[in-house]
Amino acid sequence: MTWAALLALSLVSYALKASGPVLAGGRRLGPGVRQTLDLVAVPLLAALILVQTVGDGHRLVLDARVPALAVAAILVWRRAPFLVVVLAAAATAALLRALA
Amino acid sequence: MDVAIPRPASEIVTRAVGIGVAVGVYGISFGVLAVASGLSPVQACVMSMLVFTGASQFAFVGVLAGGGGALAAMGPAVMLAVRNAAYGLSLASILPPRLRDRALAAHLVIDETTAMARAQSEPDAARRAFLATGVSVWVFWNAGTLAGALLGGGIGDPSTLGLDAMFPAAFLALLAPQLRRPGAPVAAAAGVVIALALVPFAPAGVPIIAALAGVVPGVLTARGVRG
Repeated sequence: MTWAALLALSLVSYALKASGPVLAGGRRLGPGVRQTLDLVAVPLLAALILVQTVGDGHRLVLDARVPALAVAAILVWRRAPFLVVVLAAAATAALLRALA
Repeated sequence: MDVAIPRPASEIVTRAVGIGVAVGVYGISFGVLAVASGLSPVQACVMSMLVFTGASQFAFVGVLAGGGGALAAMGPAVMLAVRNAAYGLSLASILPPRLRDRALAAHLVIDETTAMARAQSEPDAARRAFLATGVSVWVFWNAGTLAGALLGGGIGDPSTLGLDAMFPAAFLALLAPQLRRPGAPVAAAAGVVIALALVPFAPAGVPIIAALAGVVPGVLTARGVRG
């Protein structure tokens, strides 16, 4: 049962990932379609960032992740290197949790 | 048109490895949880190799750990994987042109690879960023899963190290250059509002898929800007 579910989930997961690249890849797309596809990742990633920052199951909570994201936002705005942004966010959250 | 600043190849590799290491730590957590929820170490490792989408895998073993059956565990796991279909569409133009290569690369379509690829301004750099991140995350995620599945408990919660805060920070750094595109800030804001409004009610995974609707005001704004 577990093996069957695992393999089914693998197939579904791959089908979801591959549908776009296999169906739309290699085709000439009109400028309107391209413009739309160029924007597809933007609201998804923006939503992912916020859900990962304030989401906790079905609740929205404000904890150490929020100031960590604020620190990251300031560093991104100041054009700090990628690893500095990521490590500063982790350090902020870790420090606040250690103090709490 | 993309207006992000081009990145040298070494920068791409540094970022890809950095993201991979963070994912690897979560891979350890996943391995521990998977075995604790009743999967065998082999099942945990096969899952990480073949399913390869972290949120779905955590949801799957979470349901098992809560006493649910493998069938019941499929629902939330699939819902969390649906967003990969939208990522696949947004990456279709930068994946390798040959069908066989594209079919193989498609396995690597996840949050991290999408964010890294879409942050690049040139298609070649985007393809390199996608592949470097995909390979790095796949290797670290599977190495982590194996380690966690074999070592079992005794590994602390990654959030005490602030590792949970690393992912939104990384995605923000990768989203920022994309926000210079026409309509992108509106699309991002709409996506955030939709997702957060749905979190209290909708099943896991649905808020982020629904955020896709943010593309509509984004495209309308971009067209309005252009006249």
